[in-house]
Amino acid sequence: MSLTKADMAEHLYAELGLNKREAKDVVEMFFEEIRGALERGEQVKLSGFGNFDLREKKQRPGRNPKTGEEIPISARRVVTFRPGQKLKSRVEAYAGHEQP
Amino acid sequence: MMKSELIETLAVEQNHLAHKDVELAIRCILEQMSQALASGERIEIRGFGSFSLHYRPPRTGRNPRTGDIVTLAGKYVPHFKPGKELRDRVNRHYATDSELPPSE
Repeated sequence: MSLTKADMAEHLYAELGLNKREAKDVVEMFFEEIRGALERGEQVKLSGFGNFDLREKKQRPGRNPKTGEEIPISARRVVTFRPGQKLKSRVEAYAGHEQP
Repeated sequence: MMKSELIETLAVEQNHLAHKDVELAIRCILEQMSQALASGERIEIRGFGSFSLHYRPPRTGRNPRTGDIVTLAGKYVPHFKPGKELRDRVNRHYATDSELPPSE
């Protein structure tokens, strides 16, 4: 069981009365805008939820796990997510099973 | 980019919804995502990434002021794993700008 774009569109339709087409478009554009900003090298800050940051990684030695051959992992830019205080405290309270 | 700028851009880019509706929609999406994680549910967005919870086991810490030992209960923290499309797009310009000679 996991939350998907289809669930989010359905929720917008039910909660806000957007029609299904609009709901689907808004959900799609929401994620596309975030990807676009990160692609341009911009951090994305969603207050109450968290920040998507960019980090630059230097080249480092790696290994092909199958063959054991050494191959360098090239320098790259990666996305990290830092949850905001509000999201952290909401999640911390989750007292479900050992492993979700 | 902040939430308000994201709302602004979306309101301009699509032409059938009022600014207020876009704002409500984005709040609604974020609230649904937070709610899902708060109830232990994963989020999976193809091409963007997935959010899940990671467990942090109980540990003993110290109050830095008094030196007293305090026991900290186990807890869950949100975790994001970027999807392939996001990883590739974020790295594309960076890779070409920083190391590859002009090849395109």
